[in-house]
Amino acid sequence: MSSGPKAVEPTTAGPAPAEPTVTGPTVTGPTVTGATAAGRFAAGLRGPGHFFAFCLDALRSVFRRPFQVREFVQQAWFISSVSILPAALVAIPFGAVIALQLGSLVRQLGAQSFTGAASVLAVVREASPIVTALIIAGAGGSAICADLGARKIREELDAMEVLGIDPIHRLVVPRIIASMLVAVLLNGLVSVVGVAGGYFFNVVLQGGTPGAYLASFQALGQLPDLIVGEVKALLFGAVAALVASYHGMTAKGGPKGVGDAVNQSVVLTFMLLFALNFVLTAVYFQLVPQRGM
Amino acid sequence: MGVEVRVEGLTKSFGGQPVWSDVSLTLPAGEISVLLGPSGTGKSVFLKTLVGLLKPDRGAIWIEEQNLPRLSERALYQVRKLFGVLFQDGALFGSMTIYDNVAFPLREHTRKSESEIRAVVHEKLEMVGLLGAERKLPGQISGGMRKRAGLARALVLDPRIILFDEPDSGLDPVRTAYLNQLIIDLNQQTGATFLIVTHDINTARTVPDNIGLIYHGHLAMFGPREMLLSSTEPVVRQFLGAQRIGPIGMAEEKDSDELRAEAEAGVELPPLPAIPLQLRPSDGRPRRAEQPPGQWCAEHGIVPPAGSFRNADGSAWQPDARQPDEVLR
Repeated sequence: MSSGPKAVEPTTAGPAPAEPTVTGPTVTGPTVTGATAAGRFAAGLRGPGHFFAFCLDALRSVFRRPFQVREFVQQAWFISSVSILPAALVAIPFGAVIALQLGSLVRQLGAQSFTGAASVLAVVREASPIVTALIIAGAGGSAICADLGARKIREELDAMEVLGIDPIHRLVVPRIIASMLVAVLLNGLVSVVGVAGGYFFNVVLQGGTPGAYLASFQALGQLPDLIVGEVKALLFGAVAALVASYHGMTAKGGPKGVGDAVNQSVVLTFMLLFALNFVLTAVYFQLVPQRGM
Repeated sequence: MGVEVRVEGLTKSFGGQPVWSDVSLTLPAGEISVLLGPSGTGKSVFLKTLVGLLKPDRGAIWIEEQNLPRLSERALYQVRKLFGVLFQDGALFGSMTIYDNVAFPLREHTRKSESEIRAVVHEKLEMVGLLGAERKLPGQISGGMRKRAGLARALVLDPRIILFDEPDSGLDPVRTAYLNQLIIDLNQQTGATFLIVTHDINTARTVPDNIGLIYHGHLAMFGPREMLLSSTEPVVRQFLGAQRIGPIGMAEEKDSDELRAEAEAGVELPPLPAIPLQLRPSDGRPRRAEQPPGQWCAEHGIVPPAGSFRNADGSAWQPDARQPDEVLR
């Protein structure tokens, strides 16, 4: 409280007046020259490393109280509002194409009664998780990435951290959970619409019998088909939201940086989801015995 | 009451390129300090390092016996509650109204009822002169208003250290003058430690108690306002006098050839301009950290430039006759 003469001595650290440009660090080229290949390899691993660290942070924050219910509901509503209509509209032609492809082939073999079975296998096991992945990454993920990226370059995320609030806990976790929930629900929707589309084409346009279409469901399809589809959708939702959040939160360089981040995030999510889909399908075939004819 | 911030040997680089190195300074508790420097010398990086948004390569930041760069994530979030930061564009949350923005830290960190929150928010908004704009979104108000709203949000948790990232960038001179007065008044009312990052010379000459200058990757000088304003160090003199003659060039620092040419041509810096009086709180009562004009110069036997410490009408400054003991305390 008492001042008087100041306790703090003025610090003078700088170049001597006579030769001002000599002192201070001399800026040399980047120090990569020493370790070339190894250095570049390590630098290449840095990106994935940061992403994994981010995923672990997010995973840890999922279990932290309090869960941001309000943000979660808002995000779930937002993601479903941008994805339901495109998902349904993509699912109809998907189901129809499968029905068309199979229809002529199966008729030549005289096995029209199995169109339904083939359709349900194709739609429920494969098409609907893929459609869900495309829509979640393309519509939901890009929106998440753009939103977080805009907040990042406006320094909103920095401001939030300075106010003592962890953006991963406050913003990212609700988005991941919301994306997973919406993906699971969306997968159900796509399955129903896809099968209905296949039914319409098979029965109304190709003259198949409704009874045979429905009955053959039982022949090849089984409950685990649906379950594995939902599990895939759940993981796709998580991956899409994680990649989108990561790219959004590390966006830099102004508005163009946000655009680049969205672009990278969508491309990367597509690649990851297709790879993940392959792995999950392979595992599923190993674990669950398939029905024969 | 403010908190002292002690920075020791701080070094930061991006991708092998040093931004600045070995920065050591102490922000004295309750005082206003200004950090100056040419564009692109990493002043904002320094500010972000100070609140732990960026990790330094080396060095320590001591706040209440805690070394900020070494704190765990959780402890860091606790220490950050001591800070209020005004970002360049206010960094308001775009999806919330001004009222919700200012109320946000209270809702997240305190168990105050909504009516208590309203009282605090109104008080802070009144302080920055934004009553009546509560229901507007950040996109609907001007840049100056966004800055003041950001300031209100930074003040709402009663921070002990307040950092300003270029409070005067993009503001007209009148608004800048108001904002500078607001900074002085806030320091008087809250007694917090202030750090202002800027390159506005007028702000630097009249607002702070201490000035620091970052140049060419290091801290050229840090000390009381009168020390830097009376300094003959070329870099400090050039920057505080806004001159072309001196070591700082258009793109970077000038090389030795240019300097030699300058010396041979015989161009010299004009004499030091007079040191202006420091801005005083608008209600006339002194701030806790306030020093009488000329005290540092007198203590260190330095003769200030002619015409220093004059009132607006040109008369010499006199200690306030009404409250002499308070002024000199």
